Amino acid sequence: MGEPAPASDPYLRVDDLRVRFDTADGTVRAVDGVSFAVERGRTLAVVGESGSGKSVTSLAILGLHDPRRTTVTGGISVGGRQLVGLPEEDVRRLRGRDVAMIFQDPLSALHPYYTVGRQIAEAYRVHHPRAGRREARRRAVDMLGRVGIPQPARRYDQYPHEFSGGMRQRAMIAMALVNDPALLIADEPTTALDVTVQAQILDLLADLQAEFRSAIILITHDLGVVGQVADEVLVMYAGRAVEHGSAEQVLRRPRHPYTWGLLSSVPSLHGDADADLVPIPGNPPSLIDLPPGCAFHPRCRYADRTGGRSHAEVPALAPAGEPGHLAACHLPADERARLHAEGVGRTGAAR
Amino acid sequence: MSEPLLRVSGLTKHFPVRTGFRATGLVRAVDGLDFAVRPAETLGLVGESGCGKSTTGRLLVRLLEPTAGRIEFAGRDITHAGRRELRPLRQDLQIIFQDPYASLNPRHTVGRIVAMPLRVNGIDPPGGVRRRVQELLELVGLNPEHYNRYPHEFSGGQRQRVGIARALALRPKLIVADEPVSALDVSIQAQVVNLLRDLQRDLGLAFVFIAHDLAVVRHFCQRVAVMYLGRIVEIGDRADIYERPRHPYTRALLSAIPDATRLSPGGRIRLTGDVPTPLDPPSGCRFRTRCPKARDICATEEPALVPRDGSGQSVACHFPEPDGAGDLPGHDGAGDFPEPDGRDAAGTSGAEVTA
Repeated sequence: MGEPAPASDPYLRVDDLRVRFDTADGTVRAVDGVSFAVERGRTLAVVGESGSGKSVTSLAILGLHDPRRTTVTGGISVGGRQLVGLPEEDVRRLRGRDVAMIFQDPLSALHPYYTVGRQIAEAYRVHHPRAGRREARRRAVDMLGRVGIPQPARRYDQYPHEFSGGMRQRAMIAMALVNDPALLIADEPTTALDVTVQAQILDLLADLQAEFRSAIILITHDLGVVGQVADEVLVMYAGRAVEHGSAEQVLRRPRHPYTWGLLSSVPSLHGDADADLVPIPGNPPSLIDLPPGCAFHPRCRYADRTGGRSHAEVPALAPAGEPGHLAACHLPADERARLHAEGVGRTGAAR
Repeated sequence: MSEPLLRVSGLTKHFPVRTGFRATGLVRAVDGLDFAVRPAETLGLVGESGCGKSTTGRLLVRLLEPTAGRIEFAGRDITHAGRRELRPLRQDLQIIFQDPYASLNPRHTVGRIVAMPLRVNGIDPPGGVRRRVQELLELVGLNPEHYNRYPHEFSGGQRQRVGIARALALRPKLIVADEPVSALDVSIQAQVVNLLRDLQRDLGLAFVFIAHDLAVVRHFCQRVAVMYLGRIVEIGDRADIYERPRHPYTRALLSAIPDATRLSPGGRIRLTGDVPTPLDPPSGCRFRTRCPKARDICATEEPALVPRDGSGQSVACHFPEPDGAGDLPGHDGAGDFPEPDGRDAAGTSGAEVTA
């Protein structure tokens, strides 16, 4: 554990993060100026579709981009330490101890040749060089029990293939939490799981967060999951943040047309089942060849109402009305509030 | 009520598990299904992984050979029909696959892919193959000019449209759609769901729609069958399944789905553990090991799928929820946008449940 940060100071602060890949086809601006902060005990959900830059952001926080092919600029401060530009050796010491990650697919993140327990114990010993074999084992068994795996001492000696999907994801969480990280990044942690198991895992994450007071970044495309666990939401599109605010603000009073589109695309268990879904027209843009101006404008129903600014100027994140609520859109804020209210009235649903 | 287009009775598929040369077990992937689909009707098959829904889909279009049971299509027994007997049937019975990348041949142009069913069946449509293919591309919302492009030039959603155009080429009566939208991003998923709905209505197609996402199924299907470990545990009209579910598994499944219109989890029915292995399903009711209501009889006697009086809803449970069991915990009826106090109220009603 690092120095406990003062309560008012966010544990993670990302400032104007830019991640660029140079490829044969051109430069991919996977993340293009994203800023956010997460305090301990809070959960930030990063939402977006494939290619929006959400996973690239999380890999940058972990320092996992290959420096030979990637240019990372901006600020990433974890527990007061600046990560960008830090020597690899120092980043490695943080990774897995202060910052841990849960991946989407536990089967490919666990090594098939080693027992689950051994992998967790190893994660502990790497950061506790003075811990003996027995202590590491005790710690790993303890963690397996904490994440709800029955008979943890017996399960310790089993291989990943002997675990079910839900149990593997629990084992991954045990491995991520074995060093009491202050920041946990969960990249689509429940996407590969069935809904009944997903519900268990989300509960587990909430319980563990309450216990360890970790800051959590949850990367997901599932707005339902967001509504359930997030305190704050960052909506990304084509490598940029388009909306940022509390879960309540973003899900109930969204102020960006892209967020409206996401919400109206998702089929719901409530409301009129015969009503058509309202999809976002078109396809997400190529990151090599982004549309000029607002990257969302070719798919936006309201792009022609901004007097051409949508086509020419990249909109900045600006206050969207309530304190802490930001949106990057050229439409005047009051017009957006009106459009959203009308939209909700028209579809008769909460979207 | 019209005659069913597809009638399935006792449909069973067991896969032998071999260790070396010896058969050492049986995966009971599908274990005695009964259901029927009428012309122009949409039936959703839902359940979690391993429940046998995809195997069922493959059995229906006879990509797999059933172990037991009977499949009748348009009045004909096709349970063990051979290749030659199946060929004319293929015109009426098509499948759309989940993965829009793996299901299109990367070396064929889109035009050739969509024309393939016509060629294989030796059909020469009036106006020629090319014109028919272009009509089909237009029907699914693709540019007919893109006839000569290859699959890699299309996005995931567009590829899935190509798969749909191919399935429509022979003007089928029934399409089995196996997770047709689950590989797509949400904004694209909605486009494809709307397309399938329009096609279903305009062309009067019957669908067996296989999906794990109950919200998508609710927007597409008139009837829904919920599967668990190779069996149907509940089947009924959409309104019955979503508003008056009677099987504890259906209720748990519905309550586990996070909904973007609700903040914070309210009154969920929590299931413990995972789905057991179909290699050795539990005795009696297969759901009993995770069921909050299980009693002794559930371990000894397998409940039959019994119709409820006066409706098309059937449930396989010894202790089904009574009629009009009312709203699910956490589902406060009105649906949209409950204010914070509303969701607290909903949150307290999930008490029957396991922690």
